Amino acid sequence: MELSGAQIIMQFLEDEGVEFIFGYPGGAVLHIYDEIYRRDKIKHILVRHEQGATHMADGYARATGKPGVVLVTSGPGATNAVTGIATAHMDSIPMVVLTGQVPTPAIGSDAFQEVDCIGITRPCVKHNFLVKDVHDLASTLKKAFYVASSGRPGPVVVDIPKDVTLPDVKIPYEYPANITMRSYNPVSRGHTGQMKKALDLILSAKRPMVYTGGGVILDGASEELREFTRILGFPITNTLMGLGAYPGTDEQFVGMLGMHGTYEANMAMHNCDVLIGIGARFDDRVVGDVKQFCPGAKIVHIDIDPSSISKTVKVDVPIVGPVKSVLRDMIAMLKETNSRPDADSLAAWWRQVREWQSIDCLHYEWSDERIKPQYVVQKLYEATGGDAFVTSDVGQHQMWAAQFYPFDKPNRWINSGGLGTMGFGLPAAMGVQFAFPEAQVACVTGEGSIVMCIQELSTAKQYNLPIKVINLNNGYLGMVRQWQEFIYEKRESHSYLDSLPDFAKLAESFGHVGMRIDKPSDVDSALKEAFAMKDRLVFMDFVTDPSENVFPMMMAGKGQTDMLLPAFCKERELA
Amino acid sequence: MRHIIALLLENEPGALSRVAGLFSARGYNIESLSVAPTEDPSVSRMTITTTGSEAILEQITKQLNKLVDVVKLLELTEGAHVERAMMLIKVRATGAGREEIKRLSDIFRGRIVDVTNSTYIIEVTGTDDKLDAFITAIDRKLIMEVVRSGAIGVGRGEKALRV
Ligand SMILES: Cc1cc2nc3c(=O)[nH]c(=O)nc-3n(C[C@H](O)[C@H](O)[C@H](O)COP(=O)(O)OP(=O)(O)OC[C@H]3O[C@@H](n4cnc5c(N)ncnc54)[C@H](O)[C@@H]3O)c2cc1C
Ligand SMILES: Cc1ncc(C[n+]2csc(CCOP(=O)(O)OP(=O)(O)O)c2C)c(N)n1
Ligand SMILES: [Mg+2]
Repeated sequence: MELSGAQIIMQFLEDEGVEFIFGYPGGAVLHIYDEIYRRDKIKHILVRHEQGATHMADGYARATGKPGVVLVTSGPGATNAVTGIATAHMDSIPMVVLTGQVPTPAIGSDAFQEVDCIGITRPCVKHNFLVKDVHDLASTLKKAFYVASSGRPGPVVVDIPKDVTLPDVKIPYEYPANITMRSYNPVSRGHTGQMKKALDLILSAKRPMVYTGGGVILDGASEELREFTRILGFPITNTLMGLGAYPGTDEQFVGMLGMHGTYEANMAMHNCDVLIGIGARFDDRVVGDVKQFCPGAKIVHIDIDPSSISKTVKVDVPIVGPVKSVLRDMIAMLKETNSRPDADSLAAWWRQVREWQSIDCLHYEWSDERIKPQYVVQKLYEATGGDAFVTSDVGQHQMWAAQFYPFDKPNRWINSGGLGTMGFGLPAAMGVQFAFPEAQVACVTGEGSIVMCIQELSTAKQYNLPIKVINLNNGYLGMVRQWQEFIYEKRESHSYLDSLPDFAKLAESFGHVGMRIDKPSDVDSALKEAFAMKDRLVFMDFVTDPSENVFPMMMAGKGQTDMLLPAFCKERELA
Repeated sequence: MRHIIALLLENEPGALSRVAGLFSARGYNIESLSVAPTEDPSVSRMTITTTGSEAILEQITKQLNKLVDVVKLLELTEGAHVERAMMLIKVRATGAGREEIKRLSDIFRGRIVDVTNSTYIIEVTGTDDKLDAFITAIDRKLIMEVVRSGAIGVGRGEKALRV
């Protein structure tokens, strides 16, 4: 087959099994767009802003586990995509971003719409490639997909100068089914000796704790995690990125840990004697002050990326390898031995954990006048039967969604944890809905975040995506206001949002259904009504209590047990 | 602690900037860096001299290994190795000083590679310590220019760093 560069790109993407391209045209990619026009196998989604394209591809990837694909033009197209690329990078999400570039002879001449895309994206990609010769195109694209989706996943940028896609330069094409890269060989199995060591430690535990993160979801290892944790009967906590990997409604689950994690999860972490970290990266929002972290614990850490191990917290037994295969091996070892952790110690430990749980740290005060944001999330859980895909933006609403919507399945909770990108929620929800047209998809957002990618409501109309937007409108950059209340003596410097739009009308102007809900008694019925509209995007603007804060709150840089609790629990904790 | 790390890098455009970018983005020190092609045209060999605690060194080597363009990596200072850097130093050499400098250069096994009425250029090779010592030995006021290559090194014995 003799194909042009543009044809090679499209033929390759088809051969690779790509379903969607999230993109936006411009001069440098017009040869490719002309080829898209001639084909119909892959669905091209025309976004309204390149940031939207990257978050959609990202949401698609988080929900399906398959790499999301983005196509943008050179210069401003590429720079607009950077926030979304960095977002995916921080959370290790597989994505392939094709950026147009000025023709090779013009590179370096400050040509029209030229930016050094490779240079700009280098620190926020897993890897990037500049293709200077059409003969390298197919193999480079294959490498990009391979690198993006293997090992610790991440975004890969392929920068393609316009002359590489010229229609009249044709070369032979064959799909490169396999590729080897001598300098890139992700680990496929854990080290047996290390696994044995870890098992000895685990079986000797008196106060064990399992702490798991996004790596379990990225590796599709939820089944293995369940089995492993159930055999051992240990308490388990998940990071913000790991929610859903272990069923949120299960008895052994003690909630999220970290800055806004539960009292019981953080207390159990602090007091455990053996900590089993699985596909989690000891992030500062989890660890707090490194010196005070898990003072009495021996730590096992399973991670595919050696650089995640002992990066912040020094661990005792590292196991480098994919979660799934390591857990399988360890489950097999567990089944071979009769030895189990001391039952009496474990029972005593559980009594302690249940006691911590009994302070009810997520308690909030009910109000007849003002809608409590937590209540909206609880009702959302009921209205969706606990089985929706929930995306979120960044702020208080994100934490409430994480705390009050227990996820029983992986890949259902989709948020920007590492970069904390406001504007992520809506386009990410769209990416999910493209992948699962029949599924219930809700975007829990705030009035601050939603306007950062609000233009994508137009894309949602064009493709008839029946997303439910749950806007927890507190009129504030609430998370910022909360920090100002606690740390800056309530000086609300630029955290109040004046002159907000009428969101219901705004949504209607985009062709969607808009609702404004301001009474607690209407929350339930409004949600039911909205979810009954199966073929419409409904924008639900909930006017919520602006003074509500997220509790518990571990102060940044402090110890794990240094938590601010609601007044109600404070009394109980003392009692 | 001073460490010398030897890397084999894919000979790709931008590979050097990935390594340099990694050091600046993560706040690691680079004391010196030297890079050139090898007998195998597909790789270039880089030698980095850095300082930091064991924990930092561990992160540096892990992060370098993670770069897709890094084919192989060895921390030379971990074992027995030979280490060399080269220096060209231009000094003012007049009157009686000329003989004095020549003598000093001989002691350090330096070679005078350029001579004018009033200057010498001396070539010295050795470890960074030796080059430092030579600079200290020469009267500061006479030094006109110093150019150093950054260390290169190779492990002793049978083992070799190659693809
Ligand atoms: C407003 C706000 C508040 C936050 N509060 C909290 C909080 O209270 N609690 C909290 O937990 N987080 C919180 N975060 C999120 C936090 O910033 C981090 O994103 C999060 O803690 C990281 O989660 P993780 O450790 O699971 O790592 P991830 O970023 O999910 O990293 C995954 C890890 O798994 C490894 N991995 C990947 N694939 C595999 C595989 N196949 N096999 C083995 N290992 C693999 C990776 O190498 C990496 O080390 C908050 C974020 C925001 C924006
Ligand atoms: C792009 C971006 N800019 C700034 C921030 C800092 N930030 C974190 S939370 C937050 C407030 C978000 O407000 P809103 O969306 O209304 O959510 P709320 O906290 O009120 O629920 C801000 C400004 C961010 N995370 N992302
Ligand atoms: Mg708000």
